[in-house]
Amino acid sequence: MEPVHLPRPQSELPDLNISNGQGLLQWISTVDHKQIGIMYLLFSVLFLCIGGLAALLFRIQLALPNNAFIGPEMFSQLFTMHGTTMIFFVLTPGILGFSVYFTPLMIGANEMAFPRLNAFSLWIAFFGALLLYFSFFNGGAPDGGWFNYAPLNEKQYASGNGIDYYCIGLLLGGIGTASTAINLIVTILQCRVKTMGLHHLSVFVWMVLVNSFLILAAFPAINAALCMLLLDRQLQAHFFDLSAGGSPLLWQHLFWLFGHPEVYILILPSFGILSEVFQVFSRKPIFGYGLLVGSGIVIALLAFGVWMHHMFAAGLGITINGFFSASSLLIGVATGVKIFSWIATMWGGSLRFTTAMMFACAFLVEFTIGGLSGISFAIVPIDWQLTDTYYVVAHIHYVFIGGSLFGLLAGLFYWFPKMSGRMIRDRNGKIFFWLFVAGFNMTFLVQHALGAMGMSRRVYTYPDVPGYGTLNLISTCGAFIMGISVLYLLYLLIQSKRYGKEAPGDPWDAYTLEWMTPSPPALKNFEALPPVHSERPFRDLKIERQEK
Amino acid sequence: MTHACQILLTIQSVFESATVESEKVNALTFRFIIAGSFIFLLVAGLLVYVSVKFRARLADAEPIQARRNIKAEVAMIGIPFLMVAFFFYLTIKTMEATEPSVYNQKPDIIIIAHQWWWEARYPAKNAVTANEIHIPVQKKILLRLNSADVIHDWWVPSFGPKMDMVPGINNYLWLYIRKPGIYEGTCSEFCGAQHAWMRIRVIAQDTVDFQKWLTAAAMPARQPATAPALSGRAIFMGLTCAGCHAVRGTIARGRAGPDLTHLASRKTLLSGKMENTDENLGKWLSHPQKIKPGAHMPDFILNKDTLTALVTYLHTLQ
Repeated sequence: MEPVHLPRPQSELPDLNISNGQGLLQWISTVDHKQIGIMYLLFSVLFLCIGGLAALLFRIQLALPNNAFIGPEMFSQLFTMHGTTMIFFVLTPGILGFSVYFTPLMIGANEMAFPRLNAFSLWIAFFGALLLYFSFFNGGAPDGGWFNYAPLNEKQYASGNGIDYYCIGLLLGGIGTASTAINLIVTILQCRVKTMGLHHLSVFVWMVLVNSFLILAAFPAINAALCMLLLDRQLQAHFFDLSAGGSPLLWQHLFWLFGHPEVYILILPSFGILSEVFQVFSRKPIFGYGLLVGSGIVIALLAFGVWMHHMFAAGLGITINGFFSASSLLIGVATGVKIFSWIATMWGGSLRFTTAMMFACAFLVEFTIGGLSGISFAIVPIDWQLTDTYYVVAHIHYVFIGGSLFGLLAGLFYWFPKMSGRMIRDRNGKIFFWLFVAGFNMTFLVQHALGAMGMSRRVYTYPDVPGYGTLNLISTCGAFIMGISVLYLLYLLIQSKRYGKEAPGDPWDAYTLEWMTPSPPALKNFEALPPVHSERPFRDLKIERQEK
Repeated sequence: MTHACQILLTIQSVFESATVESEKVNALTFRFIIAGSFIFLLVAGLLVYVSVKFRARLADAEPIQARRNIKAEVAMIGIPFLMVAFFFYLTIKTMEATEPSVYNQKPDIIIIAHQWWWEARYPAKNAVTANEIHIPVQKKILLRLNSADVIHDWWVPSFGPKMDMVPGINNYLWLYIRKPGIYEGTCSEFCGAQHAWMRIRVIAQDTVDFQKWLTAAAMPARQPATAPALSGRAIFMGLTCAGCHAVRGTIARGRAGPDLTHLASRKTLLSGKMENTDENLGKWLSHPQKIKPGAHMPDFILNKDTLTALVTYLHTLQ
């Protein structure tokens, strides 16, 4: 192959001269996007275990009616930390890990645009997470739920330090996330290999780009809200304090103006990963490239016009409810298009059911359930019935696990050979897949019924009403199956990294540039790159080679 | 937790409509269930079909590299769009029908949520009660909902819509209950440690029974007749009880805790936590923080006689 195009950035990179011996100090001091990506994923896995442990503890408490395994104070702390951890310190680093690892590789760049900023973002978010957990040693963790409504979050009702740690921990995490978003935007817009136009970007990179803009627009709202809350708590400001003219609902507006886009922030990169997985394992190009990218942009724009559907039960009136119902329903259409596009991608293909593809297919089913229950919340009267019940708990888990996490797991099994240089035995991957899918559905499917049966969310116990005990026990058993499956995944990853078969550069016969590199890629990603004519440049190259 | 006696009959699910409002919401819900099932079966069916039909075979040639199909794309957007448009229409229609604007109408019942109990006031007769809320059937009732502290949420599943109770804001809910009976509900917005034990019990009565109850509820408390009850009253007024609780007709006028004027006529204690018996009331008075940790009633040190006298007095408050 002729060295046709040199990757960007062309200038000497700060870290390219040091050795790639991956000692601990080198990991800590690295600015290499691949190592940072892997550290993001380890960060995510670490907190997945911690947040999962919190969930198992309160699921034990909920396994039986009138149980007294943990008291109400500890219960509130555990469910708050579970939600906050899973959203800000598991899914967020998960999506950022894949984004910073693969974005430069897929656009033919050797580094992120700002390598040092990249390292800064990781570490500040990580220390934010540690600070949040330090609250346990200083008077108790935050206990207001992950969306932490006012005025329950004010000093008057939450006199401990937990909420202050919540504010600072999330502010630090938010700084990390927002600076990574800037980094990704500049990287994608500035560091692509010369011949790669925006219409040649893979769907994953498109989603990362859209997502980064979404992050930049959404995070200021929560950062402002967190600062206001800190001022209220520490300096007696009165933003959310009714008695001094503040407004408790203001918190909800600010929080959900961030919070709803956040849901899409956590899923758009997964949509991107799935688009890669579906096309590679169907051996077909993605169906409706424009439609997928376009609907992603539509989702990102609409994301800022739907936040009040979290407040349909707040009594804001028919006009407001109607407007936000319409915008939320439209998001359903934009998301539905994606589901059908992926099925159409599989249609007529030659499907290889690897573990990654299994997760992608399971995603279609689980995310459709989560999407449909989501639409039921856009229909205001149904929302009036079911919001703030276990039905909504089921819904968010079908979206965050069945959607975001299944996408990330598909990405993990798809890219693990590239990142580690080793293969995971497909049979073992499938054992994990079935365990996880069974545990997940067992835990959360029954929660739809619990919600409809009148069980409201965030209760530390419940009376012995017929049905409640059985369904909750099933849910708890499912949670333990999920817990075991996650332990099995950890074992599988460590075992594969140590003893797995060595991975070739391109084990899946894939389409995008990252598979051009050896597995794992060298510290300098590319020496030279082929010209790009389509969104599948590596396939073009392979065909060209064959023809020669 | 043996002291949590089982007092709930059963809880009605959202599908067991007890009000006109709930019937309207459920008519919409059932339509959505049908449409949602259709979409789910379509996706699952297509996935199964595709997985079986297009599974890779050994030495497959590369499949046709189809990228788009305008007709399919139009259908993918058009059909879901029409479906959500239809549901948007139903949403607006149902909202208008179930929760029309209130304008300046006076509420029949004012419900004020507290951490962690419910206060119900009946402006027509100046009656006040707590946790067990009596509502007449076969009559359109307007509830005004408010909160004294944090945000709570009124939710009786078989009544249809729930409504947040936001401090400083008056929210309203219409109710037309079809049949007399007992309806269970619960606070549905996380409101602190004892959110779980903030259960609602609605006692729906026909007009005659309701009026009878209301008249009784509006009366001041009975004068205790026996010696232990009299000494109980003296203790109640002398200790700090009267600072937080009201017993109408006495000097006790506190409003931080539930009105106790007719405590003995209530079937449950502590928002559905336990049955209203002498034994349970005694347990509660001696260790509030053990029974309902976090509740705003502090632990008192009461000796046995004091306790018995208090329980006796409170249970004369028919």
